[in-house]
Amino acid sequence: MSATTLGHVPAERRRSTRRRPWRRPIAVAVESVICLVILVWTLTPLYTMFEVALEQKDDIFSGNLWPASPTLGGFWTVLTQDYWYVAHFWHEMGNSLIIGAATCALTLAIGTLTSFVLGRLRLRYSWLVSNAALLTYVIPMSFLAIPFYRVMQNYGLADNLWAVIFVEVTFATPYAIFIFQQYGTSIPIELDEAARIDGASPWAIYWRIYLPLMKPAMVAVGTYALLLAWNEYLYMFLLLSSDTHMTVPVALGQFLNSDEAPWNLMMATAVIYAVPPVVIYYAFRKHMTAGLTMGGVKG
Amino acid sequence: MDGSVDTAALAGVEAPRSRVRARRLWGGGLQGSDVNWALAFLVPYTAVFLLFVVYPVGYGLYLGSNPESYVALFHDPVYLKTVVNTLIYLAIGVNLHLFGALLLSGFFTRKSWRVRSLLLVYILPWAVPAIPTFIAFHWMLNGEWGFINNALYAVTGLDGPSWLNYRWLALGSSLVAYIWKWMPFWTVILLAGRMAIPQELYESAAVDGAVGLKRFTCVTFPLLANLYLICTLLSTIWTLGDFNTIYFVTGGGPSLSTHVLATLGFRDAFEVDNPQLGMAAVMSALPLLIPLVIVLMRKLAKTEVQL
Repeated sequence: MSATTLGHVPAERRRSTRRRPWRRPIAVAVESVICLVILVWTLTPLYTMFEVALEQKDDIFSGNLWPASPTLGGFWTVLTQDYWYVAHFWHEMGNSLIIGAATCALTLAIGTLTSFVLGRLRLRYSWLVSNAALLTYVIPMSFLAIPFYRVMQNYGLADNLWAVIFVEVTFATPYAIFIFQQYGTSIPIELDEAARIDGASPWAIYWRIYLPLMKPAMVAVGTYALLLAWNEYLYMFLLLSSDTHMTVPVALGQFLNSDEAPWNLMMATAVIYAVPPVVIYYAFRKHMTAGLTMGGVKG
Repeated sequence: MDGSVDTAALAGVEAPRSRVRARRLWGGGLQGSDVNWALAFLVPYTAVFLLFVVYPVGYGLYLGSNPESYVALFHDPVYLKTVVNTLIYLAIGVNLHLFGALLLSGFFTRKSWRVRSLLLVYILPWAVPAIPTFIAFHWMLNGEWGFINNALYAVTGLDGPSWLNYRWLALGSSLVAYIWKWMPFWTVILLAGRMAIPQELYESAAVDGAVGLKRFTCVTFPLLANLYLICTLLSTIWTLGDFNTIYFVTGGGPSLSTHVLATLGFRDAFEVDNPQLGMAAVMSALPLLIPLVIVLMRKLAKTEVQL
């Protein structure tokens, strides 16, 4: 297939360039212009973050298009927690990390166990479970914020990291089940049958055969769950109130609502907070795109 | 398969009748202890579903079941504006950024190094967490020291408006931020959908005379249509639930004129301290949400969303 494609297209192009030699440079020029427009569109807001983060404190409101005297001082202040606004920075990063890691682990565990039953043990009425998951998947997360606030209080989880973790797991598992089930169909059921003849229990099949073969899908879903939790704002704001349980996005929101906001420190915090997900995204890009397109979904 | 059913029946001879029936009921094609394993495997998800989906949903429905809060809601002028804003988001925002994604996904199928490396940068808005970028938009849109007006002044010498001080400018700006954030995601999805179309189809279509725009209308779009529809439905549902864009870019201002249902519900419940009113605002989206969910669930359950 690729041979015909490769042979076909250049021949076509060669013919057209011979007839109209100006055509190719124009195509390149148009393409370059479109590229430039997309580039500016994409980078302007991100540039603004860096621009403000690199300003001196007194130059922030001066209307510069680029920092008058760029300094890394803002970043340094944040990293050393050298200002009362950012006094808990590393603690907040730690909380974000704990929530992300726990969400990731729980989602993977619950997702694989459930999809193993749905896909490989022919349990009757298992469609009930997959429909429950599908239904959860299509409920907008923010619509349950109001009841969740009270529900978590009733569970005694007010101002507790576990409250946020459970919420994130609740909304991440349906996607996990969805992806695992689709990916699982590519693992031949004969493997299970062979193991069963050798006397393996379902747990042994799950642990020794299913999990190792599911690794690519687990990378995709794990990354998804981690990023979902790391990027959360609404539930963190609602369910965590004390300084010791605060996370970075909530601190950023507080910045925004206060009167005396040192914007350069705020943007420096925002940039540092944005680095881990971007790194993770580029590291696992292939897996994630595969996972997303498998389910066709979710951001 | 048949063998395992037989063994289950044989094993049942010794077991008490009710247990056999229970096993038959749940077991399907499973034998003996496997049913117990399967049920044990389902315990964690069932627990999560009951504790964190059924209970909150039920409690939410209970909170939103007070007819008086709907009367209060419909008499609130802010609510009417909110509904209009939400509909604008759904009608314009969703379609605009999905159509843009459809066009751009075609652009990104080009093989040149420029386009390929651009794709790596283009995906950044989606990879970066939402809160920092929306805060950056909030800053950019400031009338006095924001980046947009600075750039405008540097280029044309004119003073730009205070973007966030007028309802329609603020709403439009937040829509731009929304499109900026989400268009890359859908572009990647639709790009993968385009890549899955076999090249032979295009070749044979070209033989039949489908080139240029016809190539798109006769080959690409019919094959992408189902995916595009699913994307539209999902995007509509997520946009309905989108909280961060409005909350951080405009904050619902000026004077509460740019709220959407998700942010208004939050405001009523936690800032006005009336959870029943807030839940009523959120639940007033149900007549729109429920049909969407039903159509989407059928689509997702039936069509294997293989791209």
